[in-house]
Amino acid sequence: MPSSASDTAPPDLAIVGAGPAGLAAAVTAAGLGLRVTLVDAGERPGGQYYRHPAPGLGAERPEALHHGWSAFAEREAALRAHEEAGRITYLPAHHVWAVVPDGDAWTLHAVAGTGPDEAAAALHARAVLLATGSYERQLPFPGWTLPAVVGAGGAQAMLKSGLVLPGKRVVVAGSGPLLLAVAGSLAAAGARVPAVVEAAAYSAYAGHLPALLRNPGKLGEAATYGSALLRRHIRLLTRHAVTEAHGTDRVEAVTVARLDRDWRPLPGTARRIPCDALAVGHGLVPQLELATGLGCATRPTADGTLALALDAEQRTSVAGIWSAGETGGIGGAQLALLEGEIAAHAIAGRTVPAALARRRARLRAFAAAMGAAHRPGDGWTGWLRDDTDVCRCEEVTAGRIREAVDELGARDARTVKLLTRSGMGWCQGRMCGPAVAALAGDGPAPDRRPLSCPVPLRHLAQLPPADG
Amino acid sequence: MSPTPRTLVGGAPSATYLLRFDGRELTAQAGQSIAAVLWGAGILAWRTTRQGGAPRGAFCGIGSCYDCLVTVNGRPNQRACLVPARPGDTVTTQEGTGHAELGV
Repeated sequence: MPSSASDTAPPDLAIVGAGPAGLAAAVTAAGLGLRVTLVDAGERPGGQYYRHPAPGLGAERPEALHHGWSAFAEREAALRAHEEAGRITYLPAHHVWAVVPDGDAWTLHAVAGTGPDEAAAALHARAVLLATGSYERQLPFPGWTLPAVVGAGGAQAMLKSGLVLPGKRVVVAGSGPLLLAVAGSLAAAGARVPAVVEAAAYSAYAGHLPALLRNPGKLGEAATYGSALLRRHIRLLTRHAVTEAHGTDRVEAVTVARLDRDWRPLPGTARRIPCDALAVGHGLVPQLELATGLGCATRPTADGTLALALDAEQRTSVAGIWSAGETGGIGGAQLALLEGEIAAHAIAGRTVPAALARRRARLRAFAAAMGAAHRPGDGWTGWLRDDTDVCRCEEVTAGRIREAVDELGARDARTVKLLTRSGMGWCQGRMCGPAVAALAGDGPAPDRRPLSCPVPLRHLAQLPPADG
Repeated sequence: MSPTPRTLVGGAPSATYLLRFDGRELTAQAGQSIAAVLWGAGILAWRTTRQGGAPRGAFCGIGSCYDCLVTVNGRPNQRACLVPARPGDTVTTQEGTGHAELGV
């Protein structure tokens, strides 16, 4: 299959990411007459949210693992119809690692395929929409590197795509509404979930009553998850955290402690919960490296991450580069679908329907309320011991990072990295970044990864020389 | 009967096949990643770290964390959560960099 459109003129629009935002943007833009290339790292459209089993697994009811499946199914059908009609070129298993200006247009460099079948690909387009989504925020704790301690989103992804569970008795912990969805899915698939351990207090939402009341659909969603937990007898412990995972070859139990308002564990409140797996995550982080590589401006968000600064029509600060969904601040699939549609209208030069703009404003207000409620408190570092690995790749402990800060004078994550190698491994700091920044007393810094995924040197060697 | 992921979504795989993990025979369902096959067999670790020799397996499940690196058919550093299991694959626990034979 060719890796780029066969026509000589570049397509009007390249979309990076076929999750809710990218998929909605692609079918809307094609419907408005644009020629679109949709390029995605995954094997199938849907992104992480609508991740589903490969056809070979023969799942009859993939929707049983999903909330709002029809929104995906309709758009996937539209994608196939547009593909058939030649309006969309869909390139799955293409991981874009850089977007660079190319005269009036843009060139996107990608690694196509996985493992031994990897090949270099270059695509061109007159405008680019970055819909690269997010990844999970992790806050380390003693024992978090033990086998069967997995990301909450990771457990969900493995279940949705591979129909497998990490264990039989799975504690779900961290912070954010994703935990409720994960606990519900794991339990529906047969795992026992002894507890959902949430560091924030859901009462924190009450401080944002107007945003809640303007989003009855979101409250209904929360009530659905809440009642699913009740039905399955899953305890929800708020203002609590897993402060240690125990075991040798895999996790066998976790220590759970009560937290104060700043997420500091309260002495004398620790208790042990036996389990054979732990699914943990502390919200999501926008995946921005392609955008920041282009110089797109960012803004701090209520949940303590950085998101792209976007205008009401999804433009970044760089002309010709647009973005939609989680990259503009974590807000969920409904918002991502909507923003994809808004961006498509704007890129096609159409007026954005007022109803879309109103719904976007409402859902963004809800996202900000949610983000503020689950923003990690500064006290979480109180559960780190000096021998706790913070950087999983390079095996750098909290003790070494504290030494870099307290004794060697590091004041930001970058200096800590230069002194300790934290964040220099395979994951490029995606897992330890927020933790290292917190230990350095630094705010979140924009992703700086010139290549957004590992690229074989032979691909770089094959690049044509730059014209200037 | 308690539910399973399969009873939840119904249907059946188009094929099942065998692969080998550290000399053990495991059954894969068509469409599963290597990590999914290993989890399905109750195996949660298939790599040891370069410095501490600590056991690791899948963590992020979406190809971002690289903790699930494994040796597949003699080729080290493959992300088990992304690489599809193929009939007859030989999967081995990856120790350290996976390049011990280079003696560096």
